Amino acid sequence: MTLLTIDWVLLTEKLLLVVAIVMISLVIAMYETYAERKVAAYIQDRIGPDRAGPFGILQPMADGLKLFMKEEIIPNTSNKLLFILGPCLAMLTAMMTSAVIPWGSALHFKMFGIDRMVTLQVADINIGILYIFGVVSLGVYGIMIGGWASNNKFSLLAALRGASQMISYELAMGLSLIALLMLTGSLSMKTIVEQQMTQGVWNIVYQPLGFLIFIVCAFAECNRTPFDLAEAENELNFGYHQEYSSMKLGFYLFAEYINMFISSAVMATLFFGGYDIPFFDEAAHIASWGATPVALLTGFVFLIKIAFFIFVFMWVRWTIPRFRYDQLMNLGWKNLIPLALVNMVITGALVLLKQNHWHF
Amino acid sequence: MQALTNRAKPVDRAPMTWVEKLYLWNILKGMLITLRHFFKRKATVKYPEQKRPFSPVFRGLHILNRDEQGRERCTACGLCAVACPAEAITMEAAERKKGEENLYREEKYAARYEINMLRCIFCGLCEEACPKDAIYLSETFAPANFQRQTFIYGKQDLLIPDPVKEPELYAKAVGERGKKN
Repeated sequence: MTLLTIDWVLLTEKLLLVVAIVMISLVIAMYETYAERKVAAYIQDRIGPDRAGPFGILQPMADGLKLFMKEEIIPNTSNKLLFILGPCLAMLTAMMTSAVIPWGSALHFKMFGIDRMVTLQVADINIGILYIFGVVSLGVYGIMIGGWASNNKFSLLAALRGASQMISYELAMGLSLIALLMLTGSLSMKTIVEQQMTQGVWNIVYQPLGFLIFIVCAFAECNRTPFDLAEAENELNFGYHQEYSSMKLGFYLFAEYINMFISSAVMATLFFGGYDIPFFDEAAHIASWGATPVALLTGFVFLIKIAFFIFVFMWVRWTIPRFRYDQLMNLGWKNLIPLALVNMVITGALVLLKQNHWHF
Repeated sequence: MQALTNRAKPVDRAPMTWVEKLYLWNILKGMLITLRHFFKRKATVKYPEQKRPFSPVFRGLHILNRDEQGRERCTACGLCAVACPAEAITMEAAERKKGEENLYREEKYAARYEINMLRCIFCGLCEEACPKDAIYLSETFAPANFQRQTFIYGKQDLLIPDPVKEPELYAKAVGERGKKN
């Protein structure tokens, strides 16, 4: 008697996909550190790390090795459990977001007597964006717990700054996305991408203001300059991870880079067509080339889009100085939220008019 | 007050407009500047492989000179040690014996000649003080080391290679500066 049939093929497929995505995000995060140093160097008329391997491409390995070899220090007065939990949470929340992002069109898998289409997405849930928001707001806990458990005034201050910043920018971010969701009518990432593919027009055309608000909020969410007040090296001595050393510090830094990768992926998905290749008819080519090459190509194009946004993240970081805290809060509450609200109302009105068969 | 140049600009203290408060336009301008720098030629010199030439008046490590026949020029008069503001030079004089004429040019020579490179300020006053043209500053600098003791350079470190026996090494030690004179 079978009470429950388990689809082992589906399970292994998803497991493999999860492992692949985690590996890819880790490798990309590693090379983001390298890219950050290179971009910083190039913007400052230097050439950056070039000693480890050709063009210094082994530098991230050397950095990682260094972090692993460092002494693990847990402060005497810290709360040990929370102290260890902090970086774990930061890393976990950074990784979890990648589950709902569609990385490409479906692969056609035909081997060992199994014939199935493998979608390059871990979970196509119908509340994809809500899920991302949920997980991202959990990311505050990584910072808060880290800052609190260190039992250090500056860490706590920085953690408080970081937490209030993230919470205030989440508002504007959510509002900017509501306008987008009114257009798409779906919260599923996959559906949003497919709509953009069939329309042939990316959402950035309909929602330029929404995208602008979203990207600013994404900078704030990732604690990147100009909003890196949670870290603020020169005021707060490195911020919430001041007491951390070795790989626990590495986890915090890594989590930041993974966050950057994921938010670039989200931006590309929501506003820049996801894995859609511009001026390229995917459906026709799936028919002629087969599904797998097209899927790989779309995945590659998606990675290129992500890489561009990561570059923008770095470009902005090495251009703009940090905001003062009151400026940060003013920008968030007095400018971005009203802007997002106006954007939402206008979009809502236009959508309503369109539904009532107005032509414009 | 009369302005000294015509480049003075009055400071604009007008309150920021709403658009300016969004910072977007100015941020965009700044990003264009950094992007321009991204593609500029880099100023970096990849040091161990690539070296920048020293200026012709560079004062580096000291060299004890020899004459054309390979004899040491120094006569241990001590003028360099007296001239030295950092008191980095120590020497001991000795008398030239019979049969040593091919080694030392003068009848008196420096048996011990030491410069403490940690004290030396590379001012070049020893070079100026020397009546025998026996010491001058070269175009290299003292390499880093782990022990203080190694920074006290003796005669074997300072003496220039023999121009008769090792002409190539001698030419290398003389360097660019020697060619000009």
